[in-house]
Amino acid sequence: MSKAKGLNLKKGTVRNAATYSIVIAAYVIITILSSTGSLKRSTQGLLVPVCCYIVMALSLNLTVGVLGELSLGHAGFMSIGAFTGVIVSMSLSAVIPSAGLRIFIAIVAGMIIAAFAGFLIGIPVLKLRGDYLAIVTLAFGEIIKELINCLLVGIDENGLHFIFNPTGSKTVEDLALSETGKVIIKGAQGATGTQTIANFTAGFILILVTLFIILNFVDSRTGRAVLAIRDNRIAAESCGINITKYKMIAFVISASIAGAAGALYGMNYSNLTSTKFDFNTSILVLVFVVLGGLGNMLGSIIAATVLYVLPEALREFSSYRMLMYAIVLILVMLATNNPKVKNLLSKVIPTRKKKEGARK
Amino acid sequence: MKTFKRVMALVMVAALCLCCFAACGSDNGSTTTTAGAAETTASADESKAPAADGAAFKIGSTGPLTGDAAIYGTAVMNAAKIAVDEINAEGKIKFEFKAEDDVADGETAVNAYNTLVDWGMQILMGPVTSGAAIAVGAKTYEDRVFSLTPSGSSTDIIDGKDNFFQVCFTDPNQGVGSADYMAENMKDAKVAVIYRNDDAYSQGIRDTFAKEAKAKGIEIVYEGTFTKDRSTDFSVQLTAAKNANADTIFLPIYYQPASVILKQANDMGYAPTFFGVDGMDGILTMEGFDTKLAEGVMLLTPFSADAEDERTQAFVAKYKEAYGEIPNQFAADAYDAIFIIAAALQEAGCTADMTAEEICEKLVAVMPNLKIDGLTGEGMTWSTTGEVSKAPRAVVIKDGVYVTPGK
Repeated sequence: MSKAKGLNLKKGTVRNAATYSIVIAAYVIITILSSTGSLKRSTQGLLVPVCCYIVMALSLNLTVGVLGELSLGHAGFMSIGAFTGVIVSMSLSAVIPSAGLRIFIAIVAGMIIAAFAGFLIGIPVLKLRGDYLAIVTLAFGEIIKELINCLLVGIDENGLHFIFNPTGSKTVEDLALSETGKVIIKGAQGATGTQTIANFTAGFILILVTLFIILNFVDSRTGRAVLAIRDNRIAAESCGINITKYKMIAFVISASIAGAAGALYGMNYSNLTSTKFDFNTSILVLVFVVLGGLGNMLGSIIAATVLYVLPEALREFSSYRMLMYAIVLILVMLATNNPKVKNLLSKVIPTRKKKEGARK
Repeated sequence: MKTFKRVMALVMVAALCLCCFAACGSDNGSTTTTAGAAETTASADESKAPAADGAAFKIGSTGPLTGDAAIYGTAVMNAAKIAVDEINAEGKIKFEFKAEDDVADGETAVNAYNTLVDWGMQILMGPVTSGAAIAVGAKTYEDRVFSLTPSGSSTDIIDGKDNFFQVCFTDPNQGVGSADYMAENMKDAKVAVIYRNDDAYSQGIRDTFAKEAKAKGIEIVYEGTFTKDRSTDFSVQLTAAKNANADTIFLPIYYQPASVILKQANDMGYAPTFFGVDGMDGILTMEGFDTKLAEGVMLLTPFSADAEDERTQAFVAKYKEAYGEIPNQFAADAYDAIFIIAAALQEAGCTADMTAEEICEKLVAVMPNLKIDGLTGEGMTWSTTGEVSKAPRAVVIKDGVYVTPGK
């Protein structure tokens, strides 16, 4: 028993190390390719969004895979992070010339605000049982979209100006900016004219930090409590685990990471509207997670990368590319569910199930 | 047996997939975007043989070829191909054209633009929609690629970018133009505005319209909003507009929601004058829409397919023959865009072996000096900021075609 446990722990460490090293190796290879100029322009353009979606997938995997609750509004947290990040980075553009430092501050700000939003949502919902989280997060994503549509934000030397404009009758002129002022968010028109300061290195560091947070969280005492809740709520409760508290911890961490991904995403495009973060984006990220495997972080990374790059790689099929994308998706789902393929995979990669079997 | 079934199912799906690949491969050439590119490449190749200097300029374009706004993207690409073919046939200058799908989304548009850069694009004719154009604009400004959008109408597209020019009116121009037209021709109108408040285009026009209407003393009796997710039912807004005694409804929106509004107003027996802007263009070619409902709708558009000048008629005939429908304003904008690029290139004395940056600097210098007669306006000129100057024209839909009001 103790021998098996020791071996088990080692396997976990090995798997984590493998995840880190694959990410680092990918970064090194891409950086070398890009510095020698052999990377295609279209591939380079995909790097930052891929990083953002990987972080999103990791974040959602924490909620869906580790916590075992379905969140259908994760794009809402991404949206909060993105707009916070844009406001922060644009406000500081005059004070802090260093792009790297501004990215860092914007991401941290996005994390804090998204975590706060996650906390607010969590209070009423995480006490409930069943599918309530899915329903409420679905509504949450839509609410965030509408709220940002009503937001007018500008900055001048007197500081930030905010208008909340639910009737849609006010315009940017009501912000009363001085002549040197700059509008950051124009309601439905979104954030336009954002400086695109996001870069691949920032994305890579964000992935590493996210992995570090999540992998350590899962292996920690808190993480084990969360896993216990996922596997058997009643048993966990009877052991004295405070269900709501541990659910809340995991959910807030997940929300804050999504906020970080959003902040990076927001700084990569000069035009950002809240309609981008709709139900479809939430589902897209959920597809990454499900296809990568629930609770499998490396799987999420690979699935997010492949599924994001795929529609771009299929451009030569022009109008048929989304059809091809769907077919590939179905094929992959069929193949990974095939017992023979599963058997083959489990021989190569040690999975959790096998370990559990060994323990028994 | 079960395993056999599963394996069989997989094989079948794989076969289906392969069929699709094959079908796409051959279909592609004759139907969609790359079709024109393939044809133009072929014709360029043919002419290359006798003339040694027959190298072609590579013009790229991104637009929604699939998704909600596909009608705009398709119209732009179709018309651009006609224009490219005409220019290549003339032989003074050679073009090679390639279109990429951006589903009217900024993120996808940047990816599509990068793909075009890989292809060796020297000039960008696009993107078709505003949101995509703003996102791509930041990149073309960085890369110094000359860009001319046929139909991206937001001022944010050209704001602060010397390399970005527009063929269509800006949103403020459309709002102001509509209000001015109403002030002049429909003095006592009680106007209701129904607009989409989560859309940059719609909100932008509404803002300038409301401001100009106030200045010109037009009474706005009701303003109703909707969002993308709620664009299937307008009974609330229409009832409110009716109760407010509105006799004119201003619709600064795209044609799909507008078609629902027309249908529902007709069902409830409410018949005000509907007034649209260029997004309304396309309603007559919409699938499954009864064009009788659009009878009497007014819209502000720089192009009408029934215009009697020779060029418009030739273009409409050619478009109809090739694609089986009457071209809309987006098509006309794109057709003009290609000819504007051709004129600018000749004026600047560019050659096809120049890099995108060299071409960009030269074109930016000549654009303010150009004066071009096109389908969408006589004597179009550009300011250094990239804004076009041409006269808007109001048309009314009568018997399924655009005619000048009062005719």
